[in-house]
Amino acid sequence: MSALYLRRRVTNAAAMTLSMLATLVGLAFLAWILWETLRQGIGALDLKLFTKVTAYGEDGGLLNSMVGSLVINFIGIGIATPIGVLAGTWLAEYANRTKLGESIRFLNDILLSAPSIVMGLFVYTIIVLPSTALTHGSTTFSGFAGGVALALIALPVIVRTTDEMLRLVPSTLREAALSLGVPQWKLTLQILIRAARSGIITGVLLALARISGETAPLLFTAFGNNYMAWNPMDKMSSLPQIIYQYANDPGEAMHALAWAGAFVVTMFVLLLSLVSRLILSRTKVSHD
Amino acid sequence: MPATETAIPATDILEQRSRRDARHERLFRWLLLGCALIVLASLLGAAGATLWGGRDAFGTFGWRFLVSSEWDPGNEVYGALVPVYGTVITSFIALLIAVPISFGIAVYLSEVAPTWLRTPVASAIELLAGIPSIIYGMWGLFIFAPFFADHIKPWLTSNLGNKPDDGKLSWVAEHVPFVGKLFGSDYPFGASILVAGIVLAIMIIPFISSVMREVFQTVPTRLKESAYALGSSTWEVSWDIVLPYTRSAVIGGIFLGLGRALGETMAVTFVLGNAMHLSASLLDPGASIASTIANQFSEAVGLQKSALMALAFLLFVVTFIVLLIARLMLRRLASKEGR
Repeated sequence: MSALYLRRRVTNAAAMTLSMLATLVGLAFLAWILWETLRQGIGALDLKLFTKVTAYGEDGGLLNSMVGSLVINFIGIGIATPIGVLAGTWLAEYANRTKLGESIRFLNDILLSAPSIVMGLFVYTIIVLPSTALTHGSTTFSGFAGGVALALIALPVIVRTTDEMLRLVPSTLREAALSLGVPQWKLTLQILIRAARSGIITGVLLALARISGETAPLLFTAFGNNYMAWNPMDKMSSLPQIIYQYANDPGEAMHALAWAGAFVVTMFVLLLSLVSRLILSRTKVSHD
Repeated sequence: MPATETAIPATDILEQRSRRDARHERLFRWLLLGCALIVLASLLGAAGATLWGGRDAFGTFGWRFLVSSEWDPGNEVYGALVPVYGTVITSFIALLIAVPISFGIAVYLSEVAPTWLRTPVASAIELLAGIPSIIYGMWGLFIFAPFFADHIKPWLTSNLGNKPDDGKLSWVAEHVPFVGKLFGSDYPFGASILVAGIVLAIMIIPFISSVMREVFQTVPTRLKESAYALGSSTWEVSWDIVLPYTRSAVIGGIFLGLGRALGETMAVTFVLGNAMHLSASLLDPGASIASTIANQFSEAVGLQKSALMALAFLLFVVTFIVLLIARLMLRRLASKEGR
């Protein structure tokens, strides 16, 4: 009896210690990664980052990459938001519990973690290649193509959150509106989407956080550009792409610039997820 | 008189309005359906586009594309074995490390930790999931790989490997099969299959642990309390009550992490070393499907481009199947709960 009891207590103590250690390991790596990004990034921060373009190389900044990132992300979110919100609305309001609806919801969940590099190749095939054919051979990578690739990555995030948030809206709201004779499209657009607004905005912010660090799909779509480009039909630089390029460069000064870019991207992403968390927690309180 | 005059148009207006509403309703429905079908189209399109792009490679090499380890742009010979092996082995190492750690985190956060600590720690771990993969790649390349080469790798090669620095084989390398080969290496740098596996593990830990934590919380309290009342320890409740109840969803979470690991590009590209040859050692550099595409696609032409597209198709199909299993497993628990 007591030997068995002792063995059980020892097993339990060992397992509990190990589980705590596992948590500490996870937190330690988080701290290590964030600490290095902060340390190396802040060390490399400089005013020229925000005033000079990458064409100057070691003496340059990242201005064109930041502008490019903003433009490409803006295009991506601009395409993905309306499509995603409408598709999510269809799933929640029109196709809930239908076969097609269930399968699209299921496939959307798969798309959520599909490899982004394949999405980049897909957009390369449907946008970059045809536009190359139209312009007679000069390869036309473009910021727009990059934006479409990012839109494909943002889309499932927005679809999913919209779907979930709409299904949280109490059905009494729907019944009240329908009993007053409001047509369903008006109910959806003017009441339900408004009721789920903050949740949907959270989804869009999460999608933005997700795409602003994406690198792989941009390599074959927006490609990169050492000069300032505002026109989305031009090749365009972006922060993740320039980080990738500079980190693979042998020069130390380039590495510092890459760390500075990494710092800017990380801060942006963390800020976004913080803001979306705040919005979400506020709505939870107001619903109770 | 005026009453009858307005009464007739009023019904007319009403009818007009309801007809207009019906028309708008139909339009709106089609618009929504169209948007939802775009989700479907992007999945099918990605598979179709890569298959179409890879048709030359598949047509030229046939089944040999899958089993050949040659990748020689000079002679226009391409085989997928090296990148496929790299993808599989790095993901496998990542799971080997990430699954026990994630399980530990989930148990700690759902059973052991004081209540006030649970939410902040869980949020911190989930913060890891939000960090862009390129940051993991940079950290791996500049911080972790050199650290590994200085402190961990020498120990591994001299105590486990078959190519130790001082030439003396350790007991393990002599008596245990395979281990010596796995850890033997004369490659001087940190970038290697093992490092890529470790970086991937760190990346997927937050995904797996948050799924596990979530499903652990769905276990009915009375089930756990009954076990505690019979005298079970916390560990016995976690292992014998919570885990069997949530088994399918836990497997789903693991597959979700595997899906992420297989398709990850940036974190792996930085630390894998990009060597297109097969090596038994985990400490030698290698290549994965995603890293090969990221490195070579921009400069590739002709058959090489097609071979890369074919690789992308393989990757897409494999991750699709893995994620499909993951979602089906996760769904099984949800249906058990009656959701």
